[in-house]
Amino acid sequence: MNFYFSLIQVIGIHTLLGLSSYWILLSGQVSLAQAAFFGIGAYLAGMLTTLWGWPLVPAILMAALVSGTVAFVVGFPALRVRGLILVVATLAFGEMVRVVLFNLNYRIVVDGVEVGPAGGQGFSHIRYFPINGWTVFDVMIFIWVVVAIVMAGLWWLDRCRIGAVLRAVGEDEVAAQATGINITAIKVLAMTVSGALAGLGGGVFAHYTTHIEHVQFGIVLAAFAISYPILGGLSSVFGTLLAVIFIQGFLIEGLRFIGDWRSLVFGLFIVLVMNLRPEGLLHPFSKRPVARSGKAGG
Amino acid sequence: MLHVRALSKNFGGIRALDDLSFHIQPGEIHGLIGPNGSGKSTTVNLISGLYTASSGTIEFLGKDITSLPLHHRPMLGISRTFQNIRLFGRLSVWKNLWIAQRQNGQKPVGFLHKWIGGEGAARDEIDEILEFSALHHRKDVLAANLSFGEQRRLELARAIACKPKLILMDEPAAGMNLEEISNLEDRIVNLKQRGMTVLLIEHHMNLVMSVSDRITVLNFGRKIAEGTAQSVQSDPAVQEAYLGVPA
Repeated sequence: MNFYFSLIQVIGIHTLLGLSSYWILLSGQVSLAQAAFFGIGAYLAGMLTTLWGWPLVPAILMAALVSGTVAFVVGFPALRVRGLILVVATLAFGEMVRVVLFNLNYRIVVDGVEVGPAGGQGFSHIRYFPINGWTVFDVMIFIWVVVAIVMAGLWWLDRCRIGAVLRAVGEDEVAAQATGINITAIKVLAMTVSGALAGLGGGVFAHYTTHIEHVQFGIVLAAFAISYPILGGLSSVFGTLLAVIFIQGFLIEGLRFIGDWRSLVFGLFIVLVMNLRPEGLLHPFSKRPVARSGKAGG
Repeated sequence: MLHVRALSKNFGGIRALDDLSFHIQPGEIHGLIGPNGSGKSTTVNLISGLYTASSGTIEFLGKDITSLPLHHRPMLGISRTFQNIRLFGRLSVWKNLWIAQRQNGQKPVGFLHKWIGGEGAARDEIDEILEFSALHHRKDVLAANLSFGEQRRLELARAIACKPKLILMDEPAAGMNLEEISNLEDRIVNLKQRGMTVLLIEHHMNLVMSVSDRITVLNFGRKIAEGTAQSVQSDPAVQEAYLGVPA
């Protein structure tokens, strides 16, 4: 049973990560920096609870705040470029953060035990849940409460004016500007919110897994993060949730018996989706089985 | 209202617009015509801020807007339509207009729910524009799923939703049939009656000649004539530009 609880927790955490990519993707920006924001959140929240004794909720909120701030700062230079160059820029930023985490060595003694990030060996003993007597079930409920709040918030924002504005910027930056939208402000805002969401997910992840290290926040996680909204489509937050359940539940766990061949299946699946349902699994546009041209009315 | 002075635009070595000066008076429909490649669209792109001028100035309501960022111009009261339709295809017709309204005191976030459909006055205004554009029955359709004529009407509706003082229309009748052009003509005249000023670029001469109060004619990036429809039509330079030199 604990295996399933654990799987449900993983799905919850990856949903937070996927939603962070979803939000930035709405504004038309492909970011490979989400894993880095996730990593910053994970290290910071872990240090706050383990080293300085913060309670969990303020720690993950602080992680979201700091990751969001970093995203805000990174957003200004990064969003001056677009398309493939933005992908490269965010990838480079992600690697920078990973190397910083790799070299982060800050250990102090708490209750007779030396804890903290130890460079390449990672950061162990983030034992907030066991120390405070949370069962696996409690943790699962906590994670999904967080996911539910975030999903409801994004779902609501999506239906507000800001959601329509984000989508407009994502579709046509020139036309958006011509209707008076400051696209730089909107893109930086989207980047900030998505950075904060990734940081929140990372904060939860650090406590779920109790041991984190730099390799967990590299290009593989970034690829997962961006694949969720691409697979699920941008019609609503539920597409991302569905994609996470599918990838983590079926492709990663369900196909565990085929071992390393899963990576191949994963890649194959993404290629198939891009060809057969280019607007994602849940998008109303994808009623035609094979869409030849993306945009209408050109 | 709008004063363009000695405006030039170079693309690399090509001079798309050369020392163009003209002005638009408040409340008029000003036609801008000329053969292909004469610099009409370049002019509109400069006034709307899509391009930055190589030299010269553009003044709108007494303010120099030559190098004002694109997204500031709708707030001053300049909006435009695009020659190649640029709608937000995956947003509904209603939302296309909703976001265009942004600069009129509405907050970007707010409890403006899909079903509530915006605050009272703003909502009425959108409904009215939809009615005006004959798109009311299509308001929940995604813009990409509209017919070509409907997309053209939505382009204009979105420009109107910005509450412009000056509206720039870049070939609004392109690809339309005669009946649609006749409806467009009624709409343009109606906009004038509502106090808007219009700069109209168009290749359909019947439309331009019948609605325009004054017309500026360009050829090879230069102004070759300006005046009423009659005076422009009888201008030898204009006839030469369109028909060639008499043998």
